[in-house]
Amino acid sequence: MVKRTKKRAGWHFLANPARFMRFSRVIFPWVAGLSVLTIVAGLVLGLGVVPPDYQQGDAYRIMFVHVPSAWMGLFIYGVMAVSSAVGFIWRHPLADLVAKSSAPIGACFTFICLFTGSLWGEPMWGTWWVWDARLTSMLVLLFLYLGYIALHAAYQDPTKGARAAGILALVGVINLPIVKYSVNWWNTLHQPATISKIDAPSIDPTMAAPLMLMIVGFMAYYATVLIIRLRAEIASRRIRNLRLAQVGA
Amino acid sequence: MSFFSMGGYAAYVWPSFGAAAAVLFALFYFSRRTLKAREAEMRALEARRDELQATAESQGNSQ
Repeated sequence: MVKRTKKRAGWHFLANPARFMRFSRVIFPWVAGLSVLTIVAGLVLGLGVVPPDYQQGDAYRIMFVHVPSAWMGLFIYGVMAVSSAVGFIWRHPLADLVAKSSAPIGACFTFICLFTGSLWGEPMWGTWWVWDARLTSMLVLLFLYLGYIALHAAYQDPTKGARAAGILALVGVINLPIVKYSVNWWNTLHQPATISKIDAPSIDPTMAAPLMLMIVGFMAYYATVLIIRLRAEIASRRIRNLRLAQVGA
Repeated sequence: MSFFSMGGYAAYVWPSFGAAAAVLFALFYFSRRTLKAREAEMRALEARRDELQATAESQGNSQ
């Protein structure tokens, strides 16, 4: 039987992040490359190749950045909530770092979604903004991200910050179905989903191709920046430990 | 050229893509800058720790 000394337990704690560091070094160039390739291809197709919409002319091309960023905003919030839950239940050392590193990325995508939506709304609906269910719930999503970031930063003890922010992330999950179904539950200016109706999507296949490329590209971008931010968080943790050890010595 | 005029919607289409590109590039840039700074700090602390250990060992040998 292995006798667990205190020192051993410490190294065990670092084992997972160390494995992650090795893994991340292998996949990093691939996700970064995939992101650049698919986004460039999506932009060329979406802005240059596919024909204008029969109703909206060229303004509909905003969709190729608006819809993927909306999906990313929701998806990354889901990742944040799940990893917060994993952090609570199993105390996995990487889980909270994943949630913490994801928050600014999700906030950026949500902001892009709102910003491009506003630029799309003005020529199509005649208004930059309207307080309807879809737009308001998306704004709430942005505030949930900002609240999470602020709460995490408000505590000196990172474990306490993770717990408080994690609770906020989990409570905020209620907003995700509200965003998703807001266009069906309430009257809204926002059009319903065009792409998720698998049996009869109301989008032309030539227009779906750049949309899919952009979604893959944004996913790969998320993976790329997440790896960078996670490595920075792991380095921070190591800096804290080294500082503590040198103060003690 | 219709590519740049976007059928009259240039004022809406290009700022959308421009803003998205600016936000995503900025996030990438600042994330990377933070990582480089932290890694440098971490290496400096590790070097100092090794130095302290080496001094402690050499002092232990001389006694």
